[in-house]
Amino acid sequence: MSLQQPTERLHLKGITKEYPGCLANDDIELVVQPGETHALLGENGAGKSTLMKIIYGVIKPDSGSIRWQGESVQMQGPAHARQLGIGMVFQHFSLFETLTVAENIALSLPPEDSQDMEALSNRIREISTHYGMALEPDRYVHTLSVGAQQRVEIVRCLLQDIKLLILDEPTSVLTPQEVSELFRTLKTLAAEGCSILFISHKLDEVTELCNAATVLRNGRVTGRCNPQDVTSEDIARMMVGDDTPLSQNYQKAEGGDTAMSISNLTFHPEDPFGVHLNSLNLDIKAGEILGIAGVAGNGQDELCALMSGEEHSESGSITLLGNDITQLDPDSRRRQGFAFVPEERLGRGAVPNMSLVDNALLSASHCDMKQKGWINYGKVRDFALKVIDKYNVKCADEYAQAKSLSGGNLQKFIIGREIEQNPKLLVCSHPTWGVDIGAAILIRHALINLRDQGAAIVVVSEDIDELYQICDRIGAICDGKLSPFKPTNDVSIETLGQWMAGQFDQSARSGTEVSHA
Amino acid sequence: MELELIINIMYATLKTGTPLILIALGEMVCEKSGVLNLGQEGMLLVGAVTGFIVAAVTDNYFFAVFCAIFAGMLMSLLFGYLSITLAANQVATGLALTIFGAGLSAFLGANYVGIGLEGISTIHIPFLSDLPVIGKVLFQHDPLVYLTLVLFAVIYWVFKATRVGLKIRAVGENPEAANAIGINVHQVRFMAVLFGGAMTGLAGAYLSLVYTPMWSDGMSAGRGWIALALVVFASWKAERILLGAYLFGFASIMHLVLQGTRFEVPPNIMAMLPYVATIIVLVWLSSDAVKTKMSAPKSIGQPYRPMI
Repeated sequence: MSLQQPTERLHLKGITKEYPGCLANDDIELVVQPGETHALLGENGAGKSTLMKIIYGVIKPDSGSIRWQGESVQMQGPAHARQLGIGMVFQHFSLFETLTVAENIALSLPPEDSQDMEALSNRIREISTHYGMALEPDRYVHTLSVGAQQRVEIVRCLLQDIKLLILDEPTSVLTPQEVSELFRTLKTLAAEGCSILFISHKLDEVTELCNAATVLRNGRVTGRCNPQDVTSEDIARMMVGDDTPLSQNYQKAEGGDTAMSISNLTFHPEDPFGVHLNSLNLDIKAGEILGIAGVAGNGQDELCALMSGEEHSESGSITLLGNDITQLDPDSRRRQGFAFVPEERLGRGAVPNMSLVDNALLSASHCDMKQKGWINYGKVRDFALKVIDKYNVKCADEYAQAKSLSGGNLQKFIIGREIEQNPKLLVCSHPTWGVDIGAAILIRHALINLRDQGAAIVVVSEDIDELYQICDRIGAICDGKLSPFKPTNDVSIETLGQWMAGQFDQSARSGTEVSHA
Repeated sequence: MELELIINIMYATLKTGTPLILIALGEMVCEKSGVLNLGQEGMLLVGAVTGFIVAAVTDNYFFAVFCAIFAGMLMSLLFGYLSITLAANQVATGLALTIFGAGLSAFLGANYVGIGLEGISTIHIPFLSDLPVIGKVLFQHDPLVYLTLVLFAVIYWVFKATRVGLKIRAVGENPEAANAIGINVHQVRFMAVLFGGAMTGLAGAYLSLVYTPMWSDGMSAGRGWIALALVVFASWKAERILLGAYLFGFASIMHLVLQGTRFEVPPNIMAMLPYVATIIVLVWLSSDAVKTKMSAPKSIGQPYRPMI
């Protein structure tokens, strides 16, 4: 590698950033050439996002130097980075929902370029068609799909003279079809000489798109390679270290009796940005894992809230083991054998400022933890210790605050807390989102065990690989409607992609359960 | 009711609504940027007492109004330093500002209680003010009534059609995202808070130099709080603030007028009329949840700390 060529677009040297109790970046070196599509790989918490924010000027490194096109620069902030020709598409979009597409873009341009909104709208149309990403400048952002919002972010970068485009996990919110559209755009862009920094932990995407890669683990560079020359296993090894098993295959199961039955469930949320659900039908059998795929914001949250009892439907019914629970509150449902792992760990799955013991009490209080109305703290503590021990939760002790745990460890605790209540039905929303590979494997294993004990499990996730790995039946939700659900082995990834995009025969929906008959 | 009475009611409506419009518009700008300033009542009193003292001492009303605006800005500067720079809790800081302003104004104005001033005189716009009915209702007011309408038009236009308006809305909706595209969040919020302080200071001067040209403790009589509620009920829309404030003014006047008639309703019930009428109309206007959510600043009340 020739490191001192002046033609290098970006050269980071010795970048170090320390947060209290965590060395996020440790002496990182990264070189990006013009026209190169460079993957930055690593597990969650490896320090990828911190590094990107340093390049984009959002945070300042403790030490280290940045060379941009051969010249040493001190990043003053995002505005400075944009001036240099660096654009960034964030994982959680930095768009303003109550403004239109054109207004969003105008805000990020220098004032002299955004005076004439008419001309700007025309340029947006022009550029977005050139790169194959149709956009309507006058639409309000909150009315756009997630994929379209991402296109707004990208077009916003492209309207300026851009030399380096950073994308932070751009595919995590897209359907497979949208991903291939995005890749076409990125390839056009790279062919025109723009460098791309592509952050991901999905190896197949990296091999498809990138011609250079830097791998991070625990804040350090653990490998560099050309993804075209090495196998996915080699890269995965660099990402996770030597002793973690990479993947596991599980036997598919056939469910038994119906555990939960949802019929004609209709719900119109009060939240104006919420998704309306119209007469959903779904049966979940004991001893099976049912997977619901879908791009975020297509009704998953509403469906989960209806199943958990946080919201109540306007019509239709939910039965659990033959009992009608439609009107029951969450606590009463739990007493009948229901358990729920929500998407947000802090705030909904656990109370951030409370200890693990207190958090255990919150959802497991009906498991023989009270005596004549008084809490039996000895039993609560034993329960928390059992979860910590059995699910390998790393924490200071059982009185550690929930927020002091890392995402993966807290998730293991929450999943363990729910499973140890021996539920008849467990609903998990994004069970392994943002947790490292080791924790993800443990969590999936625990779910499979619970299934084998005869419990029914619903997994809502955006991670298609995971759904294919653990689910026995699979389907998708799109715009508040459910696709058919079929045995996982009978559903190709293309079919699932179409379902996620809403392309399923409406009449087939009522025949959802026929596939098993 | 004879015509004369109707004219007087309309005339008084404009006058009563004016201070509420000033405070509410200032607070709206402030809240649009994501800062909730509950210190309006305190800033209003300090503005009122400052304007009155300066007018009493110098007899220069123009200078007095200027000083009242400046005093309002000083108060909001204090608020901004605590709640923006130091990221203190906005609700607690705002309440403290109200209590502080009430005490400070009582202290400063102790020697001026009971003094009467002539007050800022009205302008008779030539020709227009001689028109029947509307001449008296619309064209024989003091300059601040007109200035308020000009300020309303400017604010309306800023949020409708300018980049500054977009910036303020962006910061109020999502400060992290605004920072990421290079907007200085603290700067925008400070400007909005200072503007709010200036508007409330001006409203204070209006109270002590025009509406009732005198000073007494707590003469703001809760107008700061009413204006705060008005902003929310008007769903952060300038035109609805204008409507709501005049409606409130009208209902306040009607309540006095009706007490003078042989109308057999307990006066306490009548005193509720302005509040009830304003709330009903504005709630009815903002019954469209989607539109209301679109104009409500999402990050309101949340201090923004830039990452380091």
